[in-house]
Amino acid sequence: MSDHEYTPSSKFGKWFNDRLPLLTLGKHLTDYPTPKNLNYWWTFGGILTFCLITQIVTGLILAMHYVAHADLAFGSVEHIMRNVNYGWLIRYVHANGASMFFLAVYIHIFRSLYYGSYKSPREIIWILGMIIYILMMAAAFMGYVLPWGQMSFWGATVITNLFSAIPLVGESIVTWLWGGYSVDNPTLTRFFSLHYLIPFLILGLVVLHIWALHVPGNNNPIGIDLKKPSKDTVPFHPYIVIKDLFALLIFLIVFAFFVFYSPNILGHADNYIEANPMVTPAHIVPEWYLLPFYAILRSVPDKLLGVIAMFGALFILVILPWLDTSKTRSAIFRPLYKQFYWFLVADVLILGYVGAMPAEGIYLLVARVATAYYFAHFLIILPILSKKERVLDVPLSITEPILGGSVSASAVRQKKDKL
Amino acid sequence: MRKTLIIFFFLISSNIAVTSSFSAEQAAKPMSPGWSFKGFFGTFDRASLQRGYQVYTEVCASCHSMKHLSYRNLSQPGGPEFSEEQVKIIASQFEVRDGPNDDGEMFDRPARPSDNFVSPYANDKEATAANGGAYPPDMSVLVKARKGGADYIYSLLLGYDEPPGDISLDDGVYYNKYMAGNKIKMSNPLSEGIVEYADGTQATEEQMARDVTTFLSWAAEPHLEERHKIGFRAIVYLIIITILVYFSMKKIWSRVESEV
Repeated sequence: MSDHEYTPSSKFGKWFNDRLPLLTLGKHLTDYPTPKNLNYWWTFGGILTFCLITQIVTGLILAMHYVAHADLAFGSVEHIMRNVNYGWLIRYVHANGASMFFLAVYIHIFRSLYYGSYKSPREIIWILGMIIYILMMAAAFMGYVLPWGQMSFWGATVITNLFSAIPLVGESIVTWLWGGYSVDNPTLTRFFSLHYLIPFLILGLVVLHIWALHVPGNNNPIGIDLKKPSKDTVPFHPYIVIKDLFALLIFLIVFAFFVFYSPNILGHADNYIEANPMVTPAHIVPEWYLLPFYAILRSVPDKLLGVIAMFGALFILVILPWLDTSKTRSAIFRPLYKQFYWFLVADVLILGYVGAMPAEGIYLLVARVATAYYFAHFLIILPILSKKERVLDVPLSITEPILGGSVSASAVRQKKDKL
Repeated sequence: MRKTLIIFFFLISSNIAVTSSFSAEQAAKPMSPGWSFKGFFGTFDRASLQRGYQVYTEVCASCHSMKHLSYRNLSQPGGPEFSEEQVKIIASQFEVRDGPNDDGEMFDRPARPSDNFVSPYANDKEATAANGGAYPPDMSVLVKARKGGADYIYSLLLGYDEPPGDISLDDGVYYNKYMAGNKIKMSNPLSEGIVEYADGTQATEEQMARDVTTFLSWAAEPHLEERHKIGFRAIVYLIIITILVYFSMKKIWSRVESEV
């Protein structure tokens, strides 16, 4: 991983490092050359790491008091809220932490889309990120089921029922997922088990995500390859550490505002009604961060095709590096792509909006158009742009903004330097 | 970039507002009488909480349970703050089933402060059957379980009216302008003077609705005062440390020719 030799100064340090090179790793992490022109959109990686750890720590404490049983779960959450010391704080941090986590991950993903961070040589980082994102959605969905309120129960019923769309074996798969013939106690206990497992899978994938990042190094706002270390880079510590910390603190102020002053605004009131299989809520709505996909699902009249469209909307992101083949990474130098990027942002927000509305009339029509546009962006617009777009001249370096270069030209220059 | 962030937050928040803003068909928009427990420094009105408990226990509790609360909660800080002696007396007026004792028998005894609020019915089915097929919801978290929260509960209590001519009501169904669908199976629970307040406050319908809604809001969120207090301190602390970190960052980055 490290391309420079590191010798600890102390004798014990050297003895230890020869056997387990943790100190070399530490040195690599602090020295890690980072582009000096990273803007604040690049601070969300650190923020996301913080979110993951917060969710794991608060979740660990909640699990000490929570009871995964259909008859007791709702009461045990109230027990946490009322009787456990600072239980209300821990639960509200955990519940709002999930929303903050998704807010941060959406900014992180859209930053990557804007600056072309998914492009060669960073495809693996991107794919690992997408797997993390999908696991996050699974974890969040199962976590929402645990309080066993009305929205927990009916959300679980709707989402697990999606699998019944699979031809021939669908019904059997749903029965298998439920552990019975409806969402019930076996469903709750297995969701709890998986909800506890997934964060640790995510943690492992985050390590790989960062490892894969440290091979080519960070992308940067102008999206050029950098010589490392050079005048264009700064060591991770202290420059990036302090900047990430500053951004994290701003993020925490927003986070604290939700936790302390509107802890329930992101949730649905119905989830404070204990689950009742006999009463269906008037509108079953998922958490806000899943709404765009919910809109895609409902916009297709056929159940199976709807499910395929929803999962396709995610899968299409995984293969994005091969749909957008333009050599220029950053949208700054891609005038057309930049416009379509903002269309996509608007499209996803519209999908989120109609996902919260009843699937009828004008909302359904808008959802259909927005769904079609979402797929068109990735399957038609990006491949055409990759071939036809006239890109602007890219500078050769950050410190010496000489125009006339391009990503390939700077790659050539780097090769020359190596020779 | 700041602008984009603001727009982003705006879009996200308007999205949320929209998510939670539909459900009640034909129902009137709830009144907002203003509550002392809203806002950054919001606290409960102690006297109103005590009166609200009286309304709950004398009126609501004949049908509505509140099973997640204990009598001891009534003396805890941030709540009605009855004295421990008062709570012992309040609790002792209820009977709970306990046991088995050393002879293996269940027995009834007066409730203690550590007991949960005694429910009016043995189970949900009995509660439903006794109320014309409509289950009177448990009130422990009722304020959080209804869109509109305290405003909605308050409005509903005062929302009984003669039905407009085009609406016909079955027996045991009442007209309420704030209820989704305008039909409710609970008869108007409040009438002037139905309780006699110990502190001499005039028991008007508005007063009782306000007091009992305050009580229910506390019941749903018993740590609200503590939350507001800790939240204010946490945010002030975060702002101070953010400023300090900002200047440290400026200082560190002044070593390189780059902006942060």
